[in-house]
Amino acid sequence: MSFRLPSGGRLIDRTSELKFTFNGRIMRGFAGDTLASALLARDQMLMGRSFKYHRPRGVVASGAEEPNALMNIGEGGRFEPNQRATTAELFDGMAARSQNHWPSLEFDVGAINAKFARFLPAGFYYKTFLYPRHFWKYVFEPIIRQSAGLGAAPKEADADTYEHFYAFCDVLVVGGGIAGLMAARDAAADGKRVIVLEQNGHWGGRAPVDGAVVEGKPADEWVSVTLQALEANDNVTLRDRCMGAGVYDHGYVLGYERITDHAPANDVPRHRLWRIRAGHVVTATGALERPLSFAGNDLPGVMLASAVRDYVVNHAVAPGKRTVVVTNNDDAYRTAEVMVNAGLSVPAIIDARPSVDEALISKFSDLGVEVKVASAIAKVKGKDRVTGVAICAQDSNGSVSTTIECDAVAMSGGWSPVVHLWSHCGGKLTWDEDQAMFRPDPNRPPTNQTGEGFVSVVGWANGEIDQGDIAPVWIMPQGASIETRNKMWLDFQNDVKVSDVQLAAQEGFESVEHAKRYTTLGMATDQGKLSNINGLAVLADALDTGIPQVGTTTFRPPYTPISMGAIAGEARGEIFQPLRRTPMHAWHEKNGAHWEPVGHWRRPYCFQQPGESVEDAVNREITNTRTSLGLLDASTLGKIVVKGPDAGKFLDMLYTNMMSNLKPGKCRYGLMCSENGFLMDDGVVARIDEDTWLCHTTTGGADRIHAWMEDWLQCEWWDWKVWTLNLTEQFAQVAVVGPNARTMLETLGGMDLSAQALPFMGWADGKIGDFNVRVYRISFSGELSYEISVPASEGLAFWEALMEAGEPFGITPYGTEALHVMRAEKGFIMIGDETDGTVIPQDLGLNWALSKKKEDFLGNRAHSRSHMADPTRWKLVGLETVDGSVLPDGAYAVADGHNENGQRNMIGRVTSTYYSPTLDRGIAMGLVLHGPDRMGEVLAFPRVDGTVAYARIVSPVFYDPEGEKQNV
Amino acid sequence: MKRYSAFAIAREAANYHQGWERAWAKRAPKKRYDAIIIGAGGHGLASAYYLGKNHGITNVAVLEKGWLGGGNTGRNTTIIRSNYLQDPSAAIYEKARSLYETLSQDLNYNVMFSPRGVIMLAQTHHEVRGYQRTAHANALQGVKTEWIGPERVKQLCPIMNIEGPRYPVLGGLWQARGGTARHDAVAWGYARACSDMGMDIIQQCEVTGVTSEGGKVTGVQTSLGDIGCNSLGIVVAGHSSHVAEMAGFRLPIESVALQALVSEPIKPCMDVVVMANTVHGYMSQSDKGEMVIGGGTDGYNNYTQRGSFHHIEETVRALIETFPMISRLKMLRQWGGIVDVTGDRSPILSKTPLEGCYINCGWGTGGFKAIPGSGFGFAELMAKGYSPLTAEFGMERFREGRFIDESVAAGVAH
Ligand SMILES: Cc1cc2nc3c(=O)[nH]c(=O)nc-3n(C[C@H](O)[C@H](O)[C@H](O)COP(=O)(O)OP(=O)(O)OC[C@H]3O[C@@H](n4cnc5c(N)ncnc54)[C@H](O)[C@@H]3O)c2cc1C
Repeated sequence: MSFRLPSGGRLIDRTSELKFTFNGRIMRGFAGDTLASALLARDQMLMGRSFKYHRPRGVVASGAEEPNALMNIGEGGRFEPNQRATTAELFDGMAARSQNHWPSLEFDVGAINAKFARFLPAGFYYKTFLYPRHFWKYVFEPIIRQSAGLGAAPKEADADTYEHFYAFCDVLVVGGGIAGLMAARDAAADGKRVIVLEQNGHWGGRAPVDGAVVEGKPADEWVSVTLQALEANDNVTLRDRCMGAGVYDHGYVLGYERITDHAPANDVPRHRLWRIRAGHVVTATGALERPLSFAGNDLPGVMLASAVRDYVVNHAVAPGKRTVVVTNNDDAYRTAEVMVNAGLSVPAIIDARPSVDEALISKFSDLGVEVKVASAIAKVKGKDRVTGVAICAQDSNGSVSTTIECDAVAMSGGWSPVVHLWSHCGGKLTWDEDQAMFRPDPNRPPTNQTGEGFVSVVGWANGEIDQGDIAPVWIMPQGASIETRNKMWLDFQNDVKVSDVQLAAQEGFESVEHAKRYTTLGMATDQGKLSNINGLAVLADALDTGIPQVGTTTFRPPYTPISMGAIAGEARGEIFQPLRRTPMHAWHEKNGAHWEPVGHWRRPYCFQQPGESVEDAVNREITNTRTSLGLLDASTLGKIVVKGPDAGKFLDMLYTNMMSNLKPGKCRYGLMCSENGFLMDDGVVARIDEDTWLCHTTTGGADRIHAWMEDWLQCEWWDWKVWTLNLTEQFAQVAVVGPNARTMLETLGGMDLSAQALPFMGWADGKIGDFNVRVYRISFSGELSYEISVPASEGLAFWEALMEAGEPFGITPYGTEALHVMRAEKGFIMIGDETDGTVIPQDLGLNWALSKKKEDFLGNRAHSRSHMADPTRWKLVGLETVDGSVLPDGAYAVADGHNENGQRNMIGRVTSTYYSPTLDRGIAMGLVLHGPDRMGEVLAFPRVDGTVAYARIVSPVFYDPEGEKQNV
Repeated sequence: MKRYSAFAIAREAANYHQGWERAWAKRAPKKRYDAIIIGAGGHGLASAYYLGKNHGITNVAVLEKGWLGGGNTGRNTTIIRSNYLQDPSAAIYEKARSLYETLSQDLNYNVMFSPRGVIMLAQTHHEVRGYQRTAHANALQGVKTEWIGPERVKQLCPIMNIEGPRYPVLGGLWQARGGTARHDAVAWGYARACSDMGMDIIQQCEVTGVTSEGGKVTGVQTSLGDIGCNSLGIVVAGHSSHVAEMAGFRLPIESVALQALVSEPIKPCMDVVVMANTVHGYMSQSDKGEMVIGGGTDGYNNYTQRGSFHHIEETVRALIETFPMISRLKMLRQWGGIVDVTGDRSPILSKTPLEGCYINCGWGTGGFKAIPGSGFGFAELMAKGYSPLTAEFGMERFREGRFIDESVAAGVAH
């Protein structure tokens, strides 16, 4: 049994008792306990079930490498699955549940899998479930899915918050053990800005557990003195409970700080993601002990020797009363010594090495511990818990010499440096034959922007490990039969056994990546931290090659799993992305706006009156505007100032039209094409003065077009004297539209808005009422229209003034849908509707906008490609359904027959389709093969339900073809 | 070749599975082959497979510089769908999807094709219209898709938040027979079947040069020596420009990193694949229980198979908006692959200026789903000089301006 020792425990505070529940049972532990140590103290060795066979499992490790003891912790919005009991610090009220079993941890129906283990070797699912065909989806897969998966799925939205920190330093030290603290001290002494990250809630790493003496002081004392000195230095930042999660290019490092996991709180973020730019990174991440592979090594009670030691020294918890130590190196002897000193029994040390230092043997026989040299565990006895071990010779095939009763086994297969952070960004490893481990190769570090190494490694992480003599023993005994190898676990969580890796090799999965994927070795939540090296060694042996030839799999961030919440940070819900509001936003909100997201903006789709449907609102807005007066908030339209001596030349390249010859005071509608000739944006350009133009873009296009301009100016035409500025948010813009527009504006007094003073396609600065305005006579609706801009700060006041002055005319605000319908009635194209990135101006009958006078413009050369001049390109037409109904959006016109691939032949498609209240019928625009030459022809547009709509090809201008209404 | 089945497993179990043969043979390269495929990714292996299966050409070698399936084929998030907009795309992706339906049986290898359904969310009016257009096109292309409303979306995927606040779900394009498959199994299954037909799959064999005579290909130089061939297929994804250069031509391809990540495994909570293009992220749950997550490509060209973290951040953020519960899951692993992206985001399956040399590349961020269809068409192109499936994907289209642009549905806002 496992239990709490009467005294000791360097990390626990026996005066502070904490209450927690495990699977609903109330238990008690001490402050300083981990969930694992607290459970062990209550003799709760069984902590979980394995992934594939649902084997009963106890804790094996004491840190990040733990594969078995994973818990569902918390409730409701604070529930989180798959938490390692070994790193979960106990707090009062913690509610923990074990995972992956039904109905209970003790009686798990899934354990039946273990009975069939023989039929479920590595990759069995690739070879079976093939017939009958539909069974995979409907029968086999659901069963597999249900028995796989570990923790429960969280049900509720997260009740916690998260944040990001940004930090810069000269030297970042990851790992707060002795080596890390020394590195920090040295860097700080050099006057460097230093940040030190330690994943645990305590400093010092392994040394204090192992009773090390550092610079003449006991480790604990050295650590506290050194910490004090570092804390006193302003250049040094120390963070505990903060793990170095990943190293990325250019000295970018992620730190993952767990702020409230050990002490839940409402008013602080739960996790904090540190985004650190470091001049240099020192990893001092220590080493992890490896298990050994022998039959039954996965039984609860078999643990890493170092973990056993940790529990005794740190938490005063003994995993057993009689512990057998099994090892291939000197280090595990420390565990035996610790146990004996704690008054516990160690009947034997099973040492696989052919010979062991005599001094060591006699030291331990003095302590009453028998050392069995060249020996191995033939088998661990027990069903749900260790009851004993059968011993055999290491170089035998397993015939048992003796049996020893025990209730715990402490195993050590040697140590592996934690090289993850070194490797994330390309640091290479070298195999150290003597020490049987991969260590960082100092000649091949990860390199920075100047080609120099930017990560270095110190201490155990660098392979400076004090494990004494080690023999490269990976399985016990050496000559174990297949039956025995079938019971030796490598990857505990995923149930990968020695026989599985050997099967992979036998079947040709020779590359380490193949073997990993075929067997799932190292793919569990510990990502192979515990036993990947053991697996590689078994693979190398099976392939009759060396471990370095086999190599490792790729080390990828994060070092241990980090929360999605921390990755996302603050940006969630309303502030997930910036929300852009026009100055009139609040007014719209108050007046029934039905919102539509357009990029980051919100625009009113329409303004609903009480009891009105969306459709009715749109129709009312259109009719009202066409017959009297409407108001549109056009502030979101892009407004980019282009200025400089070469601005005209620049705009001539950017637009298909000529812009350099536009007269100040005049406006011109312009088109922009991509280099491939496709129409990408349109808008009205106004020439402000000799070297200033103001370019209007589409709402969605503003930022993109500004970036596009800068791209050309910075990368291609860097010597042209042109400056651009995106003023979209600096101005509010209102379109005053309808036959009564001028009359209404004149009631406000101010500038002359007559057709003579301000003709169509002209603009002027002046005053309307008390407002300083710039007025453009442009129209996207076909009506008399003034687009008026005022400084953003006056937008709302101006809008309200217009609404008030418009009252006698029955003014109505209108939204984007009315805007769309009115432009369609006029046959004006809309970027994003008539265009989709594959349409050129010629397709839309806009050849008039392609200047013939210019030598060049973006897209010009592309237009001469053969397919662009192809007469079979679909061209813009108007479409009217035969019965007056509205054509389905996105429908295609078909011709008879099928193409080579059996698809219906298509000859056109609908690009926009609306009900027009002005014409009281459906109208549409579309692109049709030879369209403009086929006026009057009726086309068939199949609907998705199989029925067909018929529409006649007509002119795309449905309303006021002569333009009499806008030009008055 | 020993056939795989539940009975075979039971039989082999008696001897602790020590009787299983190699999945694919290990052979040294011969002096000469009728056809050589460079690149043992899914597309290269499938091309070889259909050369043998459909055209009787089995004197074939597939040369792989690393380990087979180790490129993007073994790194992708395995979404399979065919509801593409443009005719040529819909044809080849639907061919692929329909071949996936029976691939496990054809290959005698369980590739775990799981037609659990794919939803592409519409979260703006613009997207609604784009997907309705796709639904119309698909109906005429013989691709089964359906426009569904927000309630149906919620019903299919209860863990989704359809109410915003920023981008409420307005509906979605639903392909019920889209889904996922096990990526490694696709590569391994094809490799095993190729090997069974007598083809040589040669790993750790990097092609370093292409030899020709009088404008016609004669063979390749490799790290294992020179190997002759009558026809050559270059199927190397992220390394396409590089190998094309060896064959003496240039490609309109950029190689960029695309990243993905998985959470720790949890019990089943999501039965469909969801793609959310407005916020930019997609997610499904693997049979192991991991949430498999992906997003957009990095902004710069790169060959390192690593990407920048801010992409991971944006993707995770987008998915927490869509699936709030994942906030309390943890990211287990992130990785990247180098994808080969063309100017119009559609692949190139083409003859090349070098006679006898063909290229299959440009699958970019979405070619896993296409593997069987691409192999089917490319094999036909190599064997006969023409395939209706690949006809529109020739590389001359870039010179002619005849693009096959699939980014259309996600075009621009007004
Ligand atoms: C993160 C990520 C997520 C993705 N998600 C999806 C998805 O959900 N759905 C989807 O459909 N697609 C997805 N894709 C895309 C998909 O993975 C690829 O389009 C597809 O796998 C490409 O297959 P391939 O055979 O062309 O390339 P690869 O699998 O990359 O194979 C090319 C092979 O060529 C070899 N090679 C290169 N140069 C040489 C040489 N000189 N000599 C010999 N061999 C050489 C390489 O080693 C490699 O094995 C994703 C990609 C990534 C990176």
